[in-house]
Parts: sequence; C-alpha cells; structure tokens
Amino acid sequence: MLDIIVSVLTRTIVAGTPLLLATLGEIITERAGIINLGMEGLMSTGAVTGFIVSYISGSPWLGMLAAILVCALLSAIHGFVCISLRSNQVVSGLALTMLGIGISGLWGKPYIGLPLPNRMGHLNIKGLSEIPVLGRILFSHGWYVYLSVLLGIVLWFILRHTSLGITLRSVGENPKAAESQGIAVNRVKYYAVLAGGGLAGMAGSFLSTAYSGSWNEGITAGRGWIVIALTIFALWQPGGAFLGAYLFGGIFVLQYMLQPLGISPNILSMLPYLSTLLVLLLFGLTASGKRKMNAPATLGEPYVRGER
Amino acid sequence: MYIELLPREKVSPQQNVLFMAAALIAGLLAVSVVFALNGVNPAVAIFYIFKGSFGSWYGIKETITKGMPLILIGSGLALAYKAKFWNIGAESQLLAGAIFATWTGLNWGPHLPAVVMVPLMFLSAFIGGALWGMVPAVLKIRFGINEVISTLMLNYIAAEFVKFLVVGPWKGASKGGYPYTDDLPASSILPHLSHSRISLLLLFLAVASALILGWLVYKSRFGYEIRVIGENVHAARYSGINFFRTSLLLMAVSGGMAGLAGAGELMSIHHYLSYPDSLSAGYGFTAIIVAWLARLHPSYTIIAGLFFAGIIVGGDAIQVSMGMPIAAVRVFNSIILIFLIMEDFLISHRVRVRRKNHA
Repeated sequence: MLDIIVSVLTRTIVAGTPLLLATLGEIITERAGIINLGMEGLMSTGAVTGFIVSYISGSPWLGMLAAILVCALLSAIHGFVCISLRSNQVVSGLALTMLGIGISGLWGKPYIGLPLPNRMGHLNIKGLSEIPVLGRILFSHGWYVYLSVLLGIVLWFILRHTSLGITLRSVGENPKAAESQGIAVNRVKYYAVLAGGGLAGMAGSFLSTAYSGSWNEGITAGRGWIVIALTIFALWQPGGAFLGAYLFGGIFVLQYMLQPLGISPNILSMLPYLSTLLVLLLFGLTASGKRKMNAPATLGEPYVRGER
Repeated sequence: MYIELLPREKVSPQQNVLFMAAALIAGLLAVSVVFALNGVNPAVAIFYIFKGSFGSWYGIKETITKGMPLILIGSGLALAYKAKFWNIGAESQLLAGAIFATWTGLNWGPHLPAVVMVPLMFLSAFIGGALWGMVPAVLKIRFGINEVISTLMLNYIAAEFVKFLVVGPWKGASKGGYPYTDDLPASSILPHLSHSRISLLLLFLAVASALILGWLVYKSRFGYEIRVIGENVHAARYSGINFFRTSLLLMAVSGGMAGLAGAGELMSIHHYLSYPDSLSAGYGFTAIIVAWLARLHPSYTIIAGLFFAGIIVGGDAIQVSMGMPIAAVRVFNSIILIFLIMEDFLISHRVRVRRKNHA
C-alpha cells in the first residue's frame, strides 16, 4: 500500500512538471498584461524541437535549449501582433497554437514513434534520495523536475522581492505610471512574452525527451489549454502554480490508476478536462472577488503610448 | 526620418479590398518562406494547391463539398465573435449535432419517410449543437469562466464521449468490431448530385443560413444587441440589454449551426457515426479562420468558406502529388490567419513616414 502511494506521488510530481513550467511562463506573460493562448502550440513545437535536436545531437540538454529558443522566437510573433500592432490577443494566440501544431507536424513527421536513445538523465541526490518514502517522492527525479522547482522559486523571489518584479507587475497593472517612471513598457512586455514562450518550449521538450521519450502528434494532449486555466487558478502567483500543477499532475496519474477498475478509458480520459471546468466552477462560486483583484489590471488590453 | 501612427477614422470599400488583398499576398509570401525552409518549392506547392481545388471539375466539386460545413460553422462563429464571445468549441458542437442526429436516425429512421426524417435530423442536430453551445455561455455569464477555456475543454470531453459511444454502447452490430455505429437508414441519407459528393439540399441550407445569419446580425434587434455587446460591454450593460439571455441565444445559434454541419457530414458523407477525427477534418478550427476572413460578416462566409475549402482540397492534392504532410495545410491556414489579424492594424491606423527635422 505504501509503495503504491509513494509511486503515485512520485509520478504526480513528474506529470505536474510540464504544467508547472508552462504555467510559470503564462504567469510571466500575463503579469505583463498579455494573454498568450498559444501555449498548446508552443508546447507542441517545443516537444518536436527538443526531440529532433536531442535525437540528432545526442544531447537532451541541447534539445532543451533549442526548444526554449525556438519557442521564444515563435512567441515573438504573438508579441509583434499584440504589442506592436495592438491586435486582438485572443485570436492571435489561437493562430499561434494552430501555427505551432502545424509546424510541429511538419517538422516531426519523419520522427513519429521513434524511441529517443538518450533521454534526459535522472539525478538521485546523494543521501537525500535514500530517506525512506520522502526520498523517492522528492529526490529521485530527472533534471527537469528540479529545474522547474528552481524556476518557480526564482520567479516567486523576483516577483516578490526585486525591482525587476515591480517593473513586470507595474507594466501589467498600470503601464502609464510605469512609462512615467521611465520603464520601456513595450520592451518589458516583449521580454515577458519571450520568457513565457521559452518556458512553454521547455515544458514541451520535457514531454518528448524525458516523459515519454518519443514524439507523436497530439503529445501535449490539451496541457497547453489547462495551463491557461491553471494561471487563473494560481491567482497569477508562482506558489499557486505549484499547487495547481501538482494537483493536475495527480489527475493525469489518476486516469491510469483507475483503469483496472473497469471504467471506460474514454471516460477516464475526460478527467483532466472535466476537472479543469470543475476547478474554475468552484472558483467562480467562491473566489470571484479575489480573482478580479488579482488579475493584472490591463490584461488583454493593448498599450498605446502617450494616450490619455 | 521616422514613422508616425495615426488613428484612421474611416476605411473606404476600396481600401478594405486593397488591405485584404495585401494581407493575403503577404501571407502567401510568408507561407512560401516556410515551405522553402522545408525544402519544397513554394511556387510549385501553391500552384498545385489551387490547381487541385479550383483547376478541375472534380476539384471544384470537392471544394464545394468541403465548403458547406465551413460555411455553416463559419457563419455561426462570425455571429458569436461579433459579440466578442470567443467560441472555440465548434468542433465539439459539430459532434454534439452528429450525436443527436445519429440517435434520431437510428431510432426513428426505420419508421418514417425521408420527407419527415431529413428535417427531423437537422432539427435534432441543431438542438444538440445549441445545447452544447449554451454550456459555455452559462459558465461565462453565471460563473465568470473564460469561454476560450471552457469551449476547448468541452471539445476534449465531447471527442472522448463520441469515442466512448462508438466503441461501447453504440457500436454497430453490423460493423464487424469496427468502432462505428450501424448505417443510418435510407430515409436519413441525403442524395448526391451525380458524379459528386454534393447534396443540393445541404448546399441550399448552408447558403440560406449564411444569408439569414447575415440579416440577423445587421438588421435585427438581436443582432443589434450582439453588436453592442461586442463593441462596448459597459454601454451594453447600461442600455438594458439582457446579457444572459442574449449570450445564451447567440451561443445557441452558433452551436446549432455547427450542429447542422455535423448532421450534414453524417447524412451526406459518412452515413454512420465514427471516431471524431474522421467525422470532422478540423472544420471547427478552420471555420475560425473562415469567420475572420469574412470580416465576421456571416454572409461573406460563403466566399471565405469556399476559399478555405479549396485550401483543404488542394492540400490533399499536394499530399498525394508532392508527399507533403497534412500539417502543411495547418501551417498555411494559421499563417494566413496571422496576416489577417495584422491587417486589422492597417484598417485602424494610418502609417505616415516623416522627415525628422519636420517634427
């Protein structure tokens, strides 16, 4: 019994990792006032880029770097359309998702189903991983897991305790005031979009080079959309992102745990999506006031310099 | 020298056409770059796409066949987007329509003549799509849930539900273990024009409903409310528009139209319910671009729908002749969409280049 619990919790953390990475990315982006609905496409492109580069170069680290770079570049399109051209962020994000899924299908076709010979390695932290129970759950993971936790803590620290965090927040909350403080508002927005895209790419490369070790179309399975919901659930706070990501990681694991009970796999596959709606519904019932206070004030609105 | 941006007050019809043409040409150029980077001669690929779709009678007939669902869905989406209700769930509203129509066809089809069955199938499909479409409206207005997320989640849920039906309770006894329902009875099937897959009735339905929706949006009180909500939420609240009722109604129409497309595919092409991917070739998503190209005017989706149907048919053609994956069509479509969004900028801004010392 204990073994099962340990195994479930361990897998929960692994399954929550791509959600955590991408949610952190969306939090950065939305804090700067830009909604990026392109996460599903970016993750997909990240997955295919990470896989191809890892496959060819033999290094999953290079794969990760390439995925981050390519997805940051791809999200620059969204930045240009939304920031410089002040166009509709919802439709631009959708277009980005379509583009990302299209590009990954185009690039990934020769690689479908190939096993990756060299997956991202594991790091059993000496000493700590031998602690009974907790050691396996917390300290026996791959690099991505530790990196995602580290990035979450760094983002929390930046937002809470540094002037960089204040800059980012003020750009989303009150860009005019930020501008008058000498902040280049649109430049900050661009950086935030690029950072968000890079993290989505990293989440994608985790899926193909560490989690499944192969590339297939549809590998992201809607995670990019769940991330948008998790960002709201997290109240735009990194701490909330941890909670939400591991909660939904658990739900992804639960699907497989419940299969032996004889429930139709198709019904079980609905679980993450139903849960997303359910979580937002509970949120709508209880915390709508809190959510309104927490959402960046100018989220989704284009910023026009010098306009009164 | 520097560039100055000024707000543009009015756009003449000529400018409108000019900008759209510019956006489409720029989009085609960008697509060419992507194709070239993939080692495909873009001029040849684009030539073959349009040759495949509009270059032969067969191509034209197939283009019309695939245009019908795009027109049905696209006009419904245009109506929703006019109110800035971002319905991304047409794919599953289509499925909901197909589920309802399948049930009606399998249960009542054997007992009723085609004159009754065909309208009944369309009606039940409309109801199915409308009900599924109203869910995100309730979630948005009553619980503040972003409709983009809810419609997408509902897409996944409906797709899994269809899979559940066709491998489980609805699996056809006559299908030898395949995940299909039994064939619909003859009274529920739409006849085709000879040597084509075009059902005249469906074509009429698509064109007529696009025109009716166009009238609805621009000439009716309901359409007026939709446009006010879309242009200024605050004004809409003060002007006494019943937000809940209007949103519910517009999503019922939008979802219902996708439902009709589902029934059309079912009754004219497939004749049985099967896996979601085979029932709809991503029509629900392509129709988003159709609505955008139509400038959110439901009636213009007749042209825009045929254009993108042509891209789908041409895309199939280059898959065969040039060995390009279906993803190439997705890349093509999404790049065109990005340039269409960018074009909004030209519509709302004048760009003026000035000499520096002038300022």
